[in-house]
Amino acid sequence: MSARANILARIRARQGKAVTPRAAERELVAQEIAARTAGPRPGMPADLVARFIERARNLSSTVDELPELQAVPQAVAAYLQAQSLQPVAVCWPAFAGLDWAGQGLRVEVRPAGADDLVGITGSFCAIAETGTLMLCSGGGSHAVTSLLPETHIAVVSRRRIVSGMEEGWALLRAELGAMPRAVNFVSGPSRTADIEQTVTLGAHGPYRVHLLLLP
Amino acid sequence: MHFKARAGAKLADVKLQTALKKLQGNFVKGRADRITELDNFPEIRDAAAEIRDRALANLDVYLDAFEKNAAARGTVVHWAETHEDVNRIVREIAALHGVRKVVKSKSMVTEECGLNVALEAAGLEVVETDLGEYILQLAQEPPSHIVAPVVHKTRDEVSDLFADKHKAPRLTDIPALCREAREKLRPHFLSADMGVSGANFIIAETGSTLIVTNEGNGRMVTTLPKVHVAITGIEKVVPTLEDVATLIRLLPRHGTGQSITNYVSVTTGPRREGDSDGPEHFHVILVDAGRTKLIGGDFQEMLRCIRCGACMNHCPVYQSVGGHAYGWVYPGPMGSVLTPTYVGLENARDLPNAATLCGQCHVACPVKIPLPELLRKLREQQFERRLKPWPEVLALRAWGWLAARPALYAAVMRFKARLLRAMADERGMIRSLPFGSGWTDRRDFPAPQGRTFREMYKEARSKA
Repeated sequence: MSARANILARIRARQGKAVTPRAAERELVAQEIAARTAGPRPGMPADLVARFIERARNLSSTVDELPELQAVPQAVAAYLQAQSLQPVAVCWPAFAGLDWAGQGLRVEVRPAGADDLVGITGSFCAIAETGTLMLCSGGGSHAVTSLLPETHIAVVSRRRIVSGMEEGWALLRAELGAMPRAVNFVSGPSRTADIEQTVTLGAHGPYRVHLLLLP
Repeated sequence: MHFKARAGAKLADVKLQTALKKLQGNFVKGRADRITELDNFPEIRDAAAEIRDRALANLDVYLDAFEKNAAARGTVVHWAETHEDVNRIVREIAALHGVRKVVKSKSMVTEECGLNVALEAAGLEVVETDLGEYILQLAQEPPSHIVAPVVHKTRDEVSDLFADKHKAPRLTDIPALCREAREKLRPHFLSADMGVSGANFIIAETGSTLIVTNEGNGRMVTTLPKVHVAITGIEKVVPTLEDVATLIRLLPRHGTGQSITNYVSVTTGPRREGDSDGPEHFHVILVDAGRTKLIGGDFQEMLRCIRCGACMNHCPVYQSVGGHAYGWVYPGPMGSVLTPTYVGLENARDLPNAATLCGQCHVACPVKIPLPELLRKLREQQFERRLKPWPEVLALRAWGWLAARPALYAAVMRFKARLLRAMADERGMIRSLPFGSGWTDRRDFPAPQGRTFREMYKEARSKA
């Protein structure tokens, strides 16, 4: 007998069930999975954008509201200068066409490496309930760019701010069909409180998360 | 296991007592604050318990569904009956892919297995990357809390440890210490061939594994090395992504007092065609190692546990002695139930009694596990299996014999009440009690009034 068969047999024996599952059991589980019943939801304000911004700031993210995509390079340049950071970054392919050089920025379109200090990404959507970004890995959305650099700048569309994680999953099923390799929910800069319960930003991931909100 | 002896030493440890106070402030108050953000918290908590019960009621079929959906995305699913099986499977995976260095994110299941020792014995380099676990690896100590593993250590101790092990100048401020660890660990993430993680949940609908982390090391471990191995208990399966959304409303709030952890990472299979990152090989190991013993009996509710640590944070015994006193991987009330099941009741005699049954753990549990009830059942089992110390058994037998004879019982109690009264000093306290030195060594025992309740009750009724 394999370990798998032994474990499954032990579960069934302990629950007083026959050795192999009946069709009705499989049918029940298939139905429970297909039903995707949502749990009770906490109350949320009508203005999801305001809620998202408030929560994101609570999580130590910073937020800048922009009128259009073309304003991104200028906003990035201003942010990096205010933080006394070098005007050098890597970005997702979606932002390859922006006029970075016009703002004095040197931005390369590639996944971040270990030595890159600033990573610019988009986001699949954003969750108002907790002030969280939802990032889906894929050809054009490199997971490492939101992880390895010390500064993560993310572009978020107001139209893609949804109420809760449930709406994020619904959007994912509707637009991507299946699960990407990695879905990362990102809620502010990385942190640790392991030493004396003292919260310190910038554990292994970014020290700063800056959000650029587009219409 | 000798909880009693260890607990005594821990109570006298001044540094530990200071460290434990902070835990109460942050985690206990944090949870209380964060659950007020959910206006319908009781309903969400009911739903969370129901989700866990739903998965456990048809556990084998849900695991089968998880396996099928995971395999469809290229994940290799392994099954391990014992801790030794886990270690063997990881060594085999390492050999298969020519692995030399392993980076780990926090996993309590691998603590159960003693995985690090097993891999090092096979010639592999193993690096813990969660800051707390990294500190413990350097100090060669086990974790003392399932969420905050290094809660028992002070900043000074970490400073000394880093200065000694890193052969570097001694830093004292906490952000600098964190930066030092970040710089030490970054090269390991980049050069490791295998990442080992746990899984807070596995999702039947999609065949995915999920981890919640704050530091980002979990994302590194599951993204950068060419092989990722996720190791988790068979009870961690949940049906759907909607169920995950409900459980994530509770896990971080109860664990660390956060509305959400910095990262919630859901991984499904290895790197796809066109992906620029992610592991080439993804293995999941589903572990039994004692869990099936909890199914179908008095203790099945324990398998709802989502390992948030709220029960220990709220436990007056844990708050007083810390995690190491419990002697195995899982401390606090959940550990006092799990450890006897996993290592045998005869090897954990004190643990079911290392609780005041005050009920705080049950109140704080996000999935409503009746921990005091389960501890009481374990005490009953200890009595039935004659695992109690003989003086205790004898005393209980004698009391039982006496209590079944009401007239004799009343006579003996009348005598005892008067005897104890006679032993009292002028303050009405007894300084030293024969057979009761455990009580009177450190405090005085208040003497009874000299008459029993039944005597006084009888008198009051005859007057009325």
